[in-house]
Amino acid sequence: MYIRDTIAAVSTPPGNGGIGIIRVSGGLASTVGFSVFKSVRDGGLESHRFSFGTVCDPSTGEKLDEAMAVYMRAPRSYTREDVLELHCHGGWLVVERVLSLVLSCGVRLAEPGEFTRRAFLNGRIDLVQAEAVMEIIASKSESALQLAQRQSGGALSIRFEAVRASLLKALALVEAYIDFPEDDLGNTDKSTILASAQEANTIICSLLSTFEEGRAMRDGISVLIIGKPNVGKSSLLNRLLNENRAIVTAVPGTTRDIIEEVIVFGGLSLRLLDTAGIRHTDDLVESEGISRALAKIPQADLVLAVFDASMEFSNEDQFILNALADSRAIAVFNKSDLPRKLVLPNIDFFYAVTEISALTGAGIDLLKRQVCSLFSPSNQSDPCDFVAISRSRHRDALVTAANHLQQFSAGVKDCSLDLLALDLRGALYSIGSITGQTATDEVLDLIFSSFCIGK
Amino acid sequence: MINYDQKYDVIVVGAGHAGCEAALASSRMGCRTMLLTINLDAIALMSCNPSIGGLAKGHLVKEVDALGGEMAKNIDATGIQFRVLNTKKGPAVRASRAQADKQLYRLRMKRVLEHQHNLDLKQGEVTSLYIESGELRGVELQSGIRYLSKTVVVTTGTFMRGLIHIGLSHYPGGRAGDQPSIGLSDQLQKLGFSVGRLKTGTPARLDARSIDFSKLEPQFGDTPPLPFSLSTDRISMPQLPCHIAYTNPRSHDIIRSGLDRSPLYSGIIEGIGPRYCPSIEDKVVRFPDKERHQTFIEPEGLDTIEVYPSGMSTSLPVDVQIAFYRSIVGLECVEIMRPAYAIEYDYVDPIQLHTSLETKLIKNLYHAGQINGTSGYEEAAGQGLIAGINAALRVKGRDPLILGRSEAYIGVMIDDLVTLGTKEPYRMFTSRAEYRLLMREDNADLRLREIGYRLGLVPEQEYAHFLDKKRMIGEELERISVSRLQHSDNTQAELARRGLHDIQKGTTLEHLLKRSDICYADLADLDPISRETPKEVSDQVEIHTKYKGYIDRQIEQVKQSKKMETTCIPTDLNYASIKSLTTEVREKLSTNRPDTLGQASRIPGVTPAAISILAIALKSASRKENAEECHH
Repeated sequence: MYIRDTIAAVSTPPGNGGIGIIRVSGGLASTVGFSVFKSVRDGGLESHRFSFGTVCDPSTGEKLDEAMAVYMRAPRSYTREDVLELHCHGGWLVVERVLSLVLSCGVRLAEPGEFTRRAFLNGRIDLVQAEAVMEIIASKSESALQLAQRQSGGALSIRFEAVRASLLKALALVEAYIDFPEDDLGNTDKSTILASAQEANTIICSLLSTFEEGRAMRDGISVLIIGKPNVGKSSLLNRLLNENRAIVTAVPGTTRDIIEEVIVFGGLSLRLLDTAGIRHTDDLVESEGISRALAKIPQADLVLAVFDASMEFSNEDQFILNALADSRAIAVFNKSDLPRKLVLPNIDFFYAVTEISALTGAGIDLLKRQVCSLFSPSNQSDPCDFVAISRSRHRDALVTAANHLQQFSAGVKDCSLDLLALDLRGALYSIGSITGQTATDEVLDLIFSSFCIGK
Repeated sequence: MINYDQKYDVIVVGAGHAGCEAALASSRMGCRTMLLTINLDAIALMSCNPSIGGLAKGHLVKEVDALGGEMAKNIDATGIQFRVLNTKKGPAVRASRAQADKQLYRLRMKRVLEHQHNLDLKQGEVTSLYIESGELRGVELQSGIRYLSKTVVVTTGTFMRGLIHIGLSHYPGGRAGDQPSIGLSDQLQKLGFSVGRLKTGTPARLDARSIDFSKLEPQFGDTPPLPFSLSTDRISMPQLPCHIAYTNPRSHDIIRSGLDRSPLYSGIIEGIGPRYCPSIEDKVVRFPDKERHQTFIEPEGLDTIEVYPSGMSTSLPVDVQIAFYRSIVGLECVEIMRPAYAIEYDYVDPIQLHTSLETKLIKNLYHAGQINGTSGYEEAAGQGLIAGINAALRVKGRDPLILGRSEAYIGVMIDDLVTLGTKEPYRMFTSRAEYRLLMREDNADLRLREIGYRLGLVPEQEYAHFLDKKRMIGEELERISVSRLQHSDNTQAELARRGLHDIQKGTTLEHLLKRSDICYADLADLDPISRETPKEVSDQVEIHTKYKGYIDRQIEQVKQSKKMETTCIPTDLNYASIKSLTTEVREKLSTNRPDTLGQASRIPGVTPAAISILAIALKSASRKENAEECHH
C-alpha cells in the first residue's frame, strides 16, 4: 500500500460499452494529462472543465482514440488528490491501450477498491462508508484471486512459477557468493547465474509475446484458416469478409499464398489468414505455400480447421489434425448444404465444432459468435470486471521484471554482485506481486539445500 | 527470600555478549544497573568460535559501535587477525572479520564493566522473576536473595535448561564447565510464554603442538589490520595466521560409521539446529557427493596452544571425534584438549516481543540474545544494546528506540524476529536486508551516530569528530559537482596514460568519478585538491557518487513504505471485530499482534487487500478516538 504514488485504472465496467473511462489519481495526474492528451483547443487542461481532443502515444505520435478529458485539481475530486479522467469512445481494446499508455508514464495500476480507499483515507467520504469500502475490497480481491487461479486452468501460474524458480536460482547463487565468502564455494560463477536469469527472461518474453490480450491489443487476434484443398477455405474467408477477395475456383490449389484480411466485429479486430490447401504435392510453389501455412499454426491465436463435410475422412485431413496438436482450434464442417459423410476421429481438442455452408451462409453467425466468445472479456461469465485488470497487472509485472533482467544482463560483466542482486530482486519482486510471494526465506532455503554452508 | 536493600533501575540477567551491552548501555545512560551472571569468570566468553564479524555480522558490530556499544572496541583491543571480506563484490557487502584472543577478550570486557559507573556486577543464578500483583518487581536467586528493580533484561544464552550431548551420553550444563539455569523457563512458560527448544554445537579444541602446520595452507590477515571501531586509531596487537585444512573421503567414512551413536540421528536431540552451521555429520549426510569439507584452524589466543577447527562441530562420541580429526591431512597425530559437543537449550518465541524487545506479556521485561532464538555474538550484542537502551528509556519515561529496516541491520533482525518468529537459530545475512545498499559497514556512523549521541552513549569529542566528517563529505560532494577538469598539459598526459581519450574538456569531477574506470584515488592525479581529502571522507564521496542511481532508488522505496512502517496498531485491537478480514488473516494477526501496519504486511498470508482493510479499520478507529499516528 503506497499512499504517495499515482494510480490508474479503467473505472467503467469492461466490455464494449459506449464510453470507457480511465481514471488517474495522484501527483502525476496532470503530467499524464499533458503527455498523453492533445486538446483541440490551445492551453491544455483546465481544472473541472471537459476538453475534447485525442489520446496520443507521445513516443510514437500515434493517435489511439478521440476522447474527452477532465482534470480535477486536489482537493476538489473524488479522492481529494489530483485526478485525471480520460473518456474514450469505448471498445475494450482501445481502453486497454490507453490504460497501458498511462501506466507507462510512471503510474501504477490501482489495487481493487483503491480509489475509494484513498477517498476515505483523505477524508472525502464519511465513516459510515468505511465498512462498505472494506467489504468491496474483500469481495473484489477474492474474485480477482479466484479468477487468477482459474485462468488458463493454472497453466499461467505454472509458467509464473517457472520464472520464479529460475530467478530464485540465480539470486540464490549471487547471495551465496555474497554471504558465504569463506565457505568453499569456488570462484564466482557468473555464467551459471546469467544462464538462470536468461532462462527466466526467455519465459517472460514468451509470456509477453503470446499473451493473448497483449498481442490482441497490439495487432488484433490472428485467425488462421487451414484445410485440405478445395474444402472452401477461401469461400469461408469471403463469407466472413462479406466480399470476394480471395480467388475462389473449383480447381484444387488456387490459393497459393497466404491471404491476410482484417475484420472488426464485437469490438475485436481479427486478422484472418487464408492458407494454401494442405495436401502432399510435387508442385514447388504450392508446397512452399503449404509449409508456410503449417509454420503459422503455432503463432496463430486461433485456427479454423475447415473440413469438407460431404467427403469421407482422408489422409490429408489426418495430416491436418496432427499439425493442430496443442493449438487453439475450432473445427468448421463446411458444405452443410450437402449430405454429410465426414466422421472425425478424436475431436476432443477442438474448442467447438461448427457446421456451416459457405455457399448459403448458414452457420456463419454462430461461428463468429464462437470466435468472439473465446477472446472477448465481455462475453465471459461473472467476475468479468477483473479479467482486464488482472491481465494488465500480469503484463505490468512481466514488463517490469523484463526491464530488471535487461539491466542485469547489461551489467553482469562489470557490475558488482550487490548491484546484480538488486536487479534480480527487482525482477523477483515483480513476479511476486502476481503470485503473492516474498523471497527472502526461499532464497536462504535454496542456498542451504544447494550448498554445504557452515564454516 | 531476603530483600536486598538497594533498588535498581535495570537488572540484566546473564553476562554474555547481549548482557554486557545491555548493562553498559543502561548504566551509561544513567540508570542504576546490576549485571547478574552464573560465573563471573565467564563474562563475555566466546563459547564457540574465537572470532567476531563476518558477513552481516560485521555490519552489526559497526552499528553497535556507532550507537555507542562496546563490542567493536573490545575486539579491536584483543584481535589477533583482521580481514575485510568481499572487497571485490561491492561496497554494500564488504564486511570485517577478526580473530580474537579469547581470554583477553573476556578479561577486557570484564574490566570495562568493573570500571563502569552505575553498574554492579554480581554472581548468582536467577531462578525466577519476582512478580507481585501482576507487575514485574525484580528477580529471585537460588541463594535466597531477591533483588528489586524497575526493569529486567533477560539474556540467558544457552543456559535455560541447557543439556550437553557427547555421543549418547548427555548431562545438564549451560556450556561445557558451567551449570545450567533451571527454573526460569518453567516460570516463563507458566506466565504464558511459548517456550521452544533449539540446538547448537561446537567443535573440539585441539592441541596446536600436535598439528603439522607445514602441511596446511596459512591464511594471513590484512596489512595493515583495519579496526572495527570508530574510536580505534590502529590495531596494536600482534597478528597471527589461520590455517586451512580439508576432510577427505576417509574422514567421511569414519563419520558415517559413527552415526549409530550420534544423538542427532538417533533422535535423542529434539532441538532444531542451524542449517547454516551444521555439524560435520550433518554435512556428510546431506551432501554425500562432496569429497571434502574445508576447515580453518583458528588460534584461540596469543598465549595458548588451543586451536579451533571451524566448521567441524559434532556431537559424535569422543572415539569417533579422535578418529575423524586424525584423518585430516596435517592433523594425523592431533590431540583433543576439549571434546566437541552439542547443546540443547530453551528459547522464548520472539513473536511475543514488541519491537522494543519488551515482552508483550510482562511489562518492563526485555529479552535479548539467544533467548530470542538467535545465534551469534554479534546478533546478541545488537539486541542486548537495544534492550538495555529501551529498559533505560522506560525508566526515564521516554519512548523506546526502534530502528527501522532501512536504518540498520539491527532493525531488520529485530523486525524479522518479532514479526515472523523463528523455528531455527536465527543468524543475520545480508540477503535479509531489502535496503542493503543503504546499510553498509562504511556508513554505520552516518546512519546511527546521531542516535547514539542523543541517547548519551557517544561522548562529545567523538560526536564532534563525526560532525566534522559529515560536513566534509557534504562539502566535497558539492565541490566535485561544480569543479571541472582543468586542461593543462599535465592532465592531458594523465588522461592519455590511462587511455581516457574520450573525456571532454570541462567535465565535472563528479561526472568523471561516475565512470567505472575511474576511482577517487585517480582524481588525485588530475585534481590537486582531492589529494587533501581524508580517506574516510573520500570513501563516502566515491560510493555516494558511483552508486547514486541505485541509492536514490532505494531511498525512494523507503519513503514509499514510510507511511506503513509508522502506522501503529493498538496493542488491544480486536481483530475479530473487523468482519471483512478472512478468518485466516484474522487468526494470524491475533496471534502475531504486529506493532505496525508494515509488520502486519510482512506476515505470510496477510494479503495486500487485508492490509488495505486494516488501514481503513485503523483510520476509522482513530477518527473515533481522535488518536494520532505514532512516529518512531
